Amino acid sequence: MNLGLLGELAKTFALISIIAVGGATATVPEIHRQVVDTLHWMDGTTFANILAVSQIAPGPNVMIIGMIGWQVAGAAGLVVAMLAILIPSCTLAFVAGRAMRHFSALHIVKSARAALAPIAVGLILASGFILARAADRSALTGAITAGMTILIVKTRANPLFGLLTGAILGFIGGRADLLT
Amino acid sequence: MDDPSTAGACAETGKNISRRDLFMVFAKIGLLGFGGVTPWLRRVLVEENAWLDDREFAELFGFASTLPGANTVSVAIMLGDRHQGVSGSLAALSGLLAMPLLILAGIASLYDRFSASPDVENAIGGAAAATAGLVIGNACKTTINMKPDLIGCVIGVLVFVAAGILQIPLLWTLLAVVPASVIILAIRNRPR
Repeated sequence: MNLGLLGELAKTFALISIIAVGGATATVPEIHRQVVDTLHWMDGTTFANILAVSQIAPGPNVMIIGMIGWQVAGAAGLVVAMLAILIPSCTLAFVAGRAMRHFSALHIVKSARAALAPIAVGLILASGFILARAADRSALTGAITAGMTILIVKTRANPLFGLLTGAILGFIGGRADLLT
Repeated sequence: MDDPSTAGACAETGKNISRRDLFMVFAKIGLLGFGGVTPWLRRVLVEENAWLDDREFAELFGFASTLPGANTVSVAIMLGDRHQGVSGSLAALSGLLAMPLLILAGIASLYDRFSASPDVENAIGGAAAATAGLVIGNACKTTINMKPDLIGCVIGVLVFVAAGILQIPLLWTLLAVVPASVIILAIRNRPR
């Protein structure tokens, strides 16, 4: 086991953890810069494949860090990378959450909470829009996105049905040449 | 020993949420989160378990998105702490991450073999399009349930345009919008 390499992993991801406003998805360009360009742990193709795999897998997108750790230093690398990316930001979230509650009676904190709600909705809508543009390949993918939006707004149906339907439609659409 | 189901009654909400509940509910969120867990977070916390209402969820999520780190992870940490302290945070976090980590390792070993198939790629493409609809639908539903006033609508639209259309780095958007909207709301809601 290469302790120096594990130390590098820990240092790199602990630093990224502190600046990762917007989560792993928003931080991908910075991670790419470090892992591929600066540290040469893998080439760009391997990085893109790892990103795709972690998008398919369940769980938060932060799992991509574990995959990079795995690629660089095996199982120990996965554990070290995940701990490094989680501990700083989780500690901060814990402290910030307590502070928010402790001062929740203050007028300015009430205003802050009221302001953060529409900001969050704007951010969620923005990431939906970015995902829709990334997934947009044809009229069919556009229809899948629109159909799912209506399903969520109008019904309480389990979204898994919509995801499964989307996957089946993508499969059929590909066979019927509707995706190009 | 206190009964764990009653020992953790939350002073703010009066809800009894045990470490086991935190672990199981966040495990469900983690396992359902194909292509990102955020859309499932609202579904499971607000609609299925009623741990938070739409406004509380949006406030907590908004706070989490101003902090570094994965938003879902921050929500798990803060919600766990609110109900069971440090051990609640750890229960929620390990629930969220345990199974996905195992599955990720499994998928990684199979991925090279199947990813070359166009059928698999197209099916993933269809599911990705549906995931986008899931995220947009959740944003719309939260808006409908929160019934924001005019200032709230303006703030939401500004953030959407900056982050979604102009794709300005998130840190800059937040540095501009958060202080501005806090000050506007603080002045408007000033106690008289």
